[in-house]
Formats: sequence, structure tokens, C-alpha cells
Amino acid sequence: GGMLATALLLLLLLAAGPGRARRDALWEELLLSPLPSGDVAATFQFRTRWDADLQWGAVSHYRLFPKALGQLVAALGVRELHLALTQGFWRTQTWGQPPLQAPAGAELWVWFQPTVTDIDKAWKELSNVLSGIFCASLNFIDSTNTVTPTASFKPLGLANGTDHHLLRYAVLPREVVCTENLTPWKKLLPCGSKAGLAVLLKAERLFHSSYHSQAVHIRPVCRDPSCLAVSWELRQTLTVVFDTFSSGQGKKDWSLFKMFSRTLTDACPLASQSKLYVDISPNNKEKELLEVTPPPASVHEAIVQGDKRTYAVYDLLSPSLFNTSRSLNVQLKWKRPQDSSELPMPMLHAQRYVSGYGLQTGEISTLIYNTHVYRAFPVILLETVPWYLRLYVHTLTIITKGKENKPSYIHYQPAQDRRRPHLLEMLIQLPANSVTKITIQFERALLKWTEYPPDPNHGFYVSSSVLSALVPSVIAMKDVDAEQSPLFTSLFPSSDGSSYFVRLYTEPLLVNLPTPDFSMPYNVICLTCTVVAVCYGSFYNLLTRTFHVEEPSRGGLAKRLANIIRKFRGVPPL
Amino acid sequence: ASAQFQLAVPVAVVFAPGSVPGDLPRPLPFRDVQEMEISVNLRTSITSRYETVYRSTTAQEETALDAATAREADAALRPLQDASLGSVTVYVVPETSSLLPQGVSIYVGKHRSALVRAGGGLAALRTRIRQLTQVMSFTASSIATALSDRVPDGQLSPDARRHLKSSLGYEITFSLLNPDPKSHTVDWDIEDAVNRYVQPVLDKLSLVANFSVDSQILYYAVLGVTPRFDKESSSFLLSAHSLPHVINPVEARLGSSAASLYPVLNFLLYVPERSHSPLYIQDKDGTPVSTNAFHSPRWGGIMIYNVEAPASPQASLPLHVDVDMVRVMEVFLAQLRLLFGLSREELPAEFLLESPGNEGLADWELDRLLWAHTVENIATVSTTLTSLAQLLDKIGNIVIKDDVASEVYRAVASAQSAMAKLAMGHLHSAFQASKEAVTSSERAFFDPSLLHLLYFPDDQKFAIYIPLFLPMAVPILLSLAKIVREARQRKKEPTKMD
Repeated sequence: GGMLATALLLLLLLAAGPGRARRDALWEELLLSPLPSGDVAATFQFRTRWDADLQWGAVSHYRLFPKALGQLVAALGVRELHLALTQGFWRTQTWGQPPLQAPAGAELWVWFQPTVTDIDKAWKELSNVLSGIFCASLNFIDSTNTVTPTASFKPLGLANGTDHHLLRYAVLPREVVCTENLTPWKKLLPCGSKAGLAVLLKAERLFHSSYHSQAVHIRPVCRDPSCLAVSWELRQTLTVVFDTFSSGQGKKDWSLFKMFSRTLTDACPLASQSKLYVDISPNNKEKELLEVTPPPASVHEAIVQGDKRTYAVYDLLSPSLFNTSRSLNVQLKWKRPQDSSELPMPMLHAQRYVSGYGLQTGEISTLIYNTHVYRAFPVILLETVPWYLRLYVHTLTIITKGKENKPSYIHYQPAQDRRRPHLLEMLIQLPANSVTKITIQFERALLKWTEYPPDPNHGFYVSSSVLSALVPSVIAMKDVDAEQSPLFTSLFPSSDGSSYFVRLYTEPLLVNLPTPDFSMPYNVICLTCTVVAVCYGSFYNLLTRTFHVEEPSRGGLAKRLANIIRKFRGVPPL
Repeated sequence: ASAQFQLAVPVAVVFAPGSVPGDLPRPLPFRDVQEMEISVNLRTSITSRYETVYRSTTAQEETALDAATAREADAALRPLQDASLGSVTVYVVPETSSLLPQGVSIYVGKHRSALVRAGGGLAALRTRIRQLTQVMSFTASSIATALSDRVPDGQLSPDARRHLKSSLGYEITFSLLNPDPKSHTVDWDIEDAVNRYVQPVLDKLSLVANFSVDSQILYYAVLGVTPRFDKESSSFLLSAHSLPHVINPVEARLGSSAASLYPVLNFLLYVPERSHSPLYIQDKDGTPVSTNAFHSPRWGGIMIYNVEAPASPQASLPLHVDVDMVRVMEVFLAQLRLLFGLSREELPAEFLLESPGNEGLADWELDRLLWAHTVENIATVSTTLTSLAQLLDKIGNIVIKDDVASEVYRAVASAQSAMAKLAMGHLHSAFQASKEAVTSSERAFFDPSLLHLLYFPDDQKFAIYIPLFLPMAVPILLSLAKIVREARQRKKEPTKMD
């Protein structure tokens, strides 16, 4: 009986499978959150899920999932791909914890399938293809800036092994992100920028901002809770921070139109969900300070990053939303001026700088702050330093509260000149309410003259260091359904309810290297040539000139002048 | 680069009993060779050799020819004939044979054979057979098309530019463009359609090149031209002269293939917006095109698929549309054949060509493609190697690494062997060799070490030494001027003396 029922069910499933049922779906979300400093962060997320196995090139018929990325995943044996292009630096101290962070410049990290035999070749090819797709200089990713971290980057999707040899990580801190990177990113969206939330993505506004970060995340996920089959998920996220304070004549009020110079008129017809969230969480348990118009249809409460958050939700797919007016222009007004002096301190933040004088040696210092009042927690620090800064590992010191803090795990891979960078990974325990200072000294190497980039006096970038930590949360989190909760909570899985995952990037560093005078060879050539030419000229003159006695002639200019003067004086001319 | 091609076509002429012409020079069987010269340009000429064997039928062939229809005879004869690529077998049947329909004297089958009705003397038969073998192998124009780079511009028919260049592989992309997803939900069962209609053709063509097929659906992709509204038919019209502007905005959305470097063939199915439908393409005379499709040479094709207006205007949007894939694939396959140069030429009425059936491609059509591609490949290799040589002439201190050199040698050797095999009539091995030659020559030509920007041009070296040359030139030029002046004075002086 049971067998028969199963068979029947299977038959039914098979019948329903290839027919009308959609195997891919799109969700779009926009989160607007006023930041403690008065700025506004807008985070877009477009999530495409495809119930198909992308691997092995078995599938070649695409609908919502972009073909260019799908082919890439299939052809190069990619298991997970994370690419972020960022302009500006997320100021954790004043803006708080970001929903999704990325280092300044371009960041790419990829997990490959265990079947890929030559990972370095696949990685090279992948970065070249991606640089073509996104018009970014990712083709500059080579062995000198690629590392294989052992602990910092874990697969975010479905993975049955975390052999870190399959991982490649690279950051290009010098990369400048602009419109030409945004356009191909928008082109990957099923609705383009023609409908839905993406109409707000107007380049001239997005890049007129303090921070812009766009990312692509591809990963395999479970198709259903039983997790017998794999689906592929593509997340395209875009975070932008608008400085409303200075552009709004000192007021912190904002509206969609003020920020994007567009309003929302419809949802993307292909999306199964299209929602706009506005973070209206009261700051310090007082009554609400802000007012959003039009009034939201519903309010959603969630615990995000260890904090209780309240969101006003606008569902663009609900027909009632566009009943009263044709377009949605969400506005936010502060009921009374907000006291900006009391910025809530983020639980974990960090700072990094380079110190020292002269062009021979220097020191990189990293300060990590744990502002939790009573909880200590560990953090994994990943440093990637280019080979031309020669790190002295024996000078590595980690000091917390005046005492040496011994890391419980260190992975150090020394650099090889022109081959690979330094990789330093450490697991450091941060005591409660403490500052940990990590310093390491380095020596600057001399480059070959062809190795200098154009404008070498600008300096050389050292990519941000990466902090990964499970930060204890203030409020116990419930194990929420990942599909239901809005935004980003589902990208990083939280291990248990008492802590949440945070990844932080520090500032990229700019280090000057001893730079030769590049015009010197030409100057030398010029100088030598001039000397040779002068010698040659006089020698030539000496050889070819014929000497003969000058006959008195009508005379030169001096003689004529003298004659004129003589004439005036009445003296006979010469 | 000059090239003398010799193409040998093995032809077997088999006489059924009662069809042997009376004026045979020798008793059957005998051999005979006919040559024909095709000149492409001054330095490229092609000699085609038809190596013909005349013989009478075997007993098996006789039974096969006893079939009721030409198609059955063709199927029965297939296992009995020379199956090697490029060969042609012609069965001559008696004039009164009922195998061929009335009015048809030449029947070309699905494979590499044809039936010819006897009649007239040997000379008449020979003309027919020559015409037939040209149809089944290559003609002067098909070779000229393959060598279109070498043919002077004016002499080439516009059709010739349509054909795809020979390549080791092709990517075929079917795209469904739905510019108005709010009004139309369009579904197409492309997977099934590809398996059913495209794959058999590609399986056959897999001898020529590697093919990969994929498809995508693009939303909000619009054509670059606003169609004109025609009041009479209350439809929208795209005129032929505006078609060139249609593709560009769409092309930006198509995206290039990430995984390979092969040329892409695009087939687009466009479902017009609700506000622009129905949409029809008009040809130059103003009559609507029956297929509602057009193709762009070397790029692909576009078909416009109109959605029937709902019976009631109040029908809820979006409308669900299921694309009729048979209709679409018919058009796309025809365009695919056109792009590969497989379109059937206009032939005299006495010819009857068997339809290739589900495979989409007759064996002899494949041979035609192979002949043309082999010749084209060899010509490409010669062009590539010539430009490489020119580059080396231009930059004297360029370094040819050993692996580049070996690729060049391999390319030359493969090209030579391809030409030798062509002259022997071994089409298949000639084609394989020509493919190898192309691969090697491209690899040599595109070797990163041969980037001419890597080398310092001589004029720049000169510029660096300008600070030396210029001051050194000044005294020399001055003294030259002085010599000239003195010489002139000396010339003048004697006249003064007078």
C-alpha cells in the first residue's frame, strides 16, 4: 500500500514537474535604514532561485537566472561565487553594523567544486571572464594578490566539505567602481531597470553618495527542508549610503524621490515578492521619533544582528498600495531633532593604519574594539599583505589591556617575491570592553622599474584586513525561518540564538614605496647626447674649417656705426 | 598568398541494364577523368577533377533499383554504395523507367547517390552528370563564397556574405524576447523543441564543428524601431529598410558567451508588446512577409510571434501564451540552413531533390559544406601565416619561441596534407587536416609573445636619440650649406671675370 502510494506520488510529481510549474523565482527587496549619523542607507536585494542543478553544463535553458553567470558556474566548476565592487568605506563607528559588508575596491572569493583539477587555472579564467562581464579590472587578479584563507571564509551555501584548497580569495583595493560596473550588474536582473525596485537604480544618484557597494553572490542551497536536491541561488545586492544631512539643508528628512530622483510605480511583474522595508526602530526605547508617509500596511519586527528592529513594510505586489496614488514615494520625517551625540557603539569595530617614517621600514597597526560590557568573544583576523612589504613576523605583537594576548590559532604563509602575498590568519580572543592592538613591522622592497604602476607616487594599496566574528547578541534570537525574514539574515547562517555572525573590513592602507626618478634614463641620454654632440661639433669644425687671412672689406656693422659717428664728428671715416 | 587547389571528386556512374548509351568509347567498366578550372582571383585557382568510374550494376543494385519509388530505391541502395564523404554515386536508369516521376530526369537522394534517366548519347549524359556532381559537391560559386575574402568585391553575389565563416565550433542561442511581461506571460518548451528539431541537424553537422545550444528569456528587451501603424489592416508594420536598426538595442541584452570563443548564432523570437501587436514585417514591395521573420547575415535570425488578441478586451492580464514551437523551429531551422550556406539553389525543373526528412540535412549537403569549409580553412591558414610573416618582416627583433615555431610548422604541414588529401579525393581526412591547420595557425598567431606592442618600434628608438642626432646634424648641415654657397659663388665668378 505504502509502495503504491509512493509510486503514485512520484508519478504525480513527474507529471507536474516539467509542465506549467515554474522552476525559478525572483524576490526583490529594498531596505531603507536611517543610520545613527543621520545618513540613510538603502540596500537592494534581488534574489533569484533556480531549482536546477547548474553543474556539469546539464542545463542550458535559462529564464530568470542570467545565462552569462549560469554558464560560468557550469563551465568552470564553481561551487560558490562572491563578488563585491565597492566605492567608499563603510564607517562602522558612525553607521553601525552594515547589513552586508565589503572592502573598498573589488573583492572576489570563490569556492570551486572538488572535481576541478587545476584550480589556479580555473580561477584565472574565472576572474578574466568576470572582468569582462562586469567591466572591472578583475583580470589583474593573479598569484600575487590571491590567497587561500584557512579559516575566515567558509562556504555560505550547501557544502559537504570545507577543504580550503578549493577556495580562492583576492581583493583589488585600487579598483574604482563606477557606472560602467553598474550597467552590466543591472543587466543581469530579469526586469533590468525597467520595472520594480530597480527603477530606482539611477547611476547619477547612486554614485553621488558616500558609499556604494554592489555584489553578486551565487551559491547552492537546499531546495526544500529535507535537502535532497540542490537549488542555485543568485543574490544581487546593492548598498548605497546617502548623505541626507548635508544635502537636505541640515534636516534629516528624506524621501525616495529626494534620494533616487525617482519613485516606485510598480513591482517587477516577474517577481514573486517585491517589498520595501523602512527601518523605524525606536532608538532608545523612547516613543517613536520618526514618521513615515504613506502609512505602511504592515509592520514587521525582527531581530537583526543582535538587535530588535521594527520595519514598516510596503508590499508592492499588493494591489491596494497603488490604489490611492499611482506612485509610491516613501517619506520620513523626524518629529523632533535627534540628538546625534549619543551614537550607539557597535559591538565590534576596528581601525588600521600604517606608521613609521622614512622609506625603509614601517609598521602596520590594527586596533580591534570589543565594546560589549561583559562578554568576551573570539575574532578571526585575516591580513593579506603584498610581497613588496616584507613582514617581520617576529615583530608581531598583540596587546590587550596592556598585556600580551596570545592568539589561539595562527596560520602564516610567507610571501614569495613576485609570486604570492603574505597571508596571516589569527584567532584572537577579545576580552569584554577592550581594545586589542596588533602591530607588525615591515620593510619596503625595491621593485624593478617595469613593476611600478602608472603614478607610482600615489602609493601602493594594501587591501583591508578581514575580521570574522560571532558576536554575542543582546537579545536572544529565535531560530527564524530563513525564507520568511527580510534581507541578509539568511546569507550568513547563525549558529545558535545567542550570537550572530559579523564580518568587518578595515580601511585599506596606502603605503609609499621608494620610487625612482623615472625620467632619469632619458635625462641621462639627453645630457650625454648633448655633451657628445657639442664635442663632435667643435671637433668637426676644427677639422673642416679652412683658415685664411681676412681681407679688409666694406666692413661690418661696428665699422659702419663708427663711420656714422665719425661723420657726425667731422672726422674722416675709417 | 597564392594557392592552387586541386579538388578530386570520386564519381561512380552505374548503368542499370537497358540504360547503357550506344556510343561508349570502351566496354564497361572503364575510368575517365575530367578537369575543370575555377579561377577565383589572379593568384588563387581551383582545379576540380571528376574521377569517374563507369560500370554496370551488380545484382544487388539491380534488385534495389527494382523498387517502386525513387525514395525506396534510394534507401535500398544506401548500404551498397561507397559511403566515404565526398563521393558521388550516380545510377543511370533506362529512359522508360517508372522509378522517376514524369518530367523528372534527375533525382537526388538523401544520401550520396542520385538517379539519372538515360537518354541521348554519352555526351548528353555527361553534361547531366557534371551538373549533378556539381550540385552534390561544389560549384564555382560555392567555392567563391568560401574564398570570399579573396574574391574582388564586385564579383560576389550578396548571398555569399551571408554564410558563416568556417570555425571549429558554433554556439547557438535561442532567445525569447518578451518586452511586455505585464501583459504577456510567454512560455516556450525550448528544451523539447531543441531535442526534437535542432539536435538531429546538429548531430549530423557535428562532423563539421562542435555545437552547443542554449536558450534564454529576456524581458523588457525592445526592438530599436517603433513600428508604423497601418489603419487598413489595424496592425503594426516594420518595413524592410528599418530592419537593420532593429537588432542593435537587443544585441546589448543578449550577452556574450562566457565559456567559449566560438562565434554565436542568435535566433530571437520576439513577442511584440500589447500596444504594438499584431506586428508584421513588410518586404521591399510592401507585402507582408509570410514567415514574419528575417535573418541577419553571419549573426542569426529574428522571428516575430504575434499573440492572438483575447476574445474579450476585459480578459485579465497577463495573458498566458504558449509558443507553438513547430512553427518557430521551422523558421529557425530554415534560417540555420541559410546561414550555413545550405540553402537549396534554384535548379532546372528536371531535378528532384529528396527532402532530408527529420535529419534536416542530406548526406551530400554535408559534403558540400565540407568541401567549402575545407577550402576556406586552407585559405584561412594561408592568410593567417602570411600576416604572421608580414608582422615578422615589420618587426625584425621579434622573438619566435620554439612552441610558436612548431605550431607554424604543424600548420604548414597540416595544410599541405589537407591539400594533398583533397587532390586524392579524401574529403574527410582533408577536412580534419584543415581543421588542425587552422587550430595550429591561430594558436601561433595569437600567441601572447607575438603582441607587436611588446616590441619597441624603431621610430621611437630614433626619437630617443634625437638629442644626439639633432645637434650633430647642425654643423654638418651648416657646412653643407656653406659648400653649396661656395660652389654657386665659384660658378658666378668666371662670368664676373668676363
